[in-house]
Amino acid sequence: MIAILDYGSGNLRSAQRAFETSGAEVIVTSDPRIALEADGLVVPGVGAFQSCMKGLIQVGGDEIIRERKAKARPTLGICIGMQILFSEGLEPSRENASSTAGVGIWQGAVARLVAPVLPHMGWNTVTSAAGSVLFDGVEGESFYFVHSYAAKTEVGQKTSWTEYGERFVSAVEDGAMSATQFHPEKSGSAGLRLIMNWTKTL
Amino acid sequence: MTLSVRIIPCLDVTEGRVVKGVNFTNLVDAGDPVEMASLYQREGADELTFLDISASSSGRETTLDVVRKSADEVFIPLTVGGGIRSVADVNQLLRAGADKVSINTAAIDRPELIGEIADTFGSQVLVLSVDARRAPTDSGFEVTTHGGRKGTGIDALAWIEKAVNMGVGEILLNSMDADGTRKGYDIEMIRAARSISRVPLIASGGAGALEDFALALDAGADALLAASVFHFGVFRIEDVKRYLSQAGYCIREVSNQ
Repeated sequence: MIAILDYGSGNLRSAQRAFETSGAEVIVTSDPRIALEADGLVVPGVGAFQSCMKGLIQVGGDEIIRERKAKARPTLGICIGMQILFSEGLEPSRENASSTAGVGIWQGAVARLVAPVLPHMGWNTVTSAAGSVLFDGVEGESFYFVHSYAAKTEVGQKTSWTEYGERFVSAVEDGAMSATQFHPEKSGSAGLRLIMNWTKTL
Repeated sequence: MTLSVRIIPCLDVTEGRVVKGVNFTNLVDAGDPVEMASLYQREGADELTFLDISASSSGRETTLDVVRKSADEVFIPLTVGGGIRSVADVNQLLRAGADKVSINTAAIDRPELIGEIADTFGSQVLVLSVDARRAPTDSGFEVTTHGGRKGTGIDALAWIEKAVNMGVGEILLNSMDADGTRKGYDIEMIRAARSISRVPLIASGGAGALEDFALALDAGADALLAASVFHFGVFRIEDVKRYLSQAGYCIREVSNQ
């Protein structure tokens, strides 16, 4: 069973449907026990780093993610759900201009992209890490991105990269912990294949 | 590696059906929205836009249902616009399966709505739809409402600049002079909007020939929206993509769709 962590507003319906195409049972939940025990946990995320962290902490999601890592239970962060896995987010908000601590699975700051037009919005390609499981069969395909901030340092066992104004981390595979900066659930058939690849590891 | 240009079919939806007319009048029934959304996904659409033109609340309920059904079948980004007046309206649409919302008249009436939506859901969900026409304002382009029938006196470029500063994540620029005419996008308007906007720009209104898409990109559009040429089969999305690819633009291949 796959749990999609519900810790704020946003479109979780299409994420649920996309993961269901893999044949898995998928539930959307904010119940910490279910999120901890699920075969796979998906950490989605929309909005800004700070509000996401706030929402995550409210449902105890930060502790759940750390515990799942300790127990080597597969966990997949998507978009801001990937960003909050890093140690620090530099995205300011109206209330708070300083940086925000993330869950800290990976060391590194999530910083603003240097590009003339932001957000980076649309379909871009990924240079996938050698031996990537997530990108098996979809190397060189395009995926759908919507973000203005990104991690720019190599982390984990396998780091995949994308270029927009500068090079940034578009996916990480690190033992049980995986993440994509793009939205696989919005990336057509290539995205569904990536989801299937992840689901097969559960 | 480059970001691909996006081709976005727009479905004008009312009472659960897709319609599209010339200059927003003489609506002709063009089909079932969920079916069409699914078809466009297979044909290689990079995103989809639903514009709810229902006048009634029952019509808007129907649109929510259309969004839900589409989200079950369509795994590309979906933007929904039309009649959105509050954070609660946005929440309802996102929960139903929309990825982005576009706002228009409500933001003109009450610009604070932009900040409210951006603060709650992030700028990336918020598209500002600007229905502009040529008029003697500072920039030569005026914001209109009511499908281009009513002028507001607001300068379109000043409005875009203000809205971007308030938190919109993307601009959908619709030329009301060109809309539905199939005589080409308003290139000067696109160029003017590009010069002052640092968020993605979607050009809309007037696509009639394959060259029109390339001209809009040259003027600075990041994405191209069209309705009637796709709905009535003037050409297919893959025709546009093949043309643009051969002309040297970066497009997303649709071979595996």
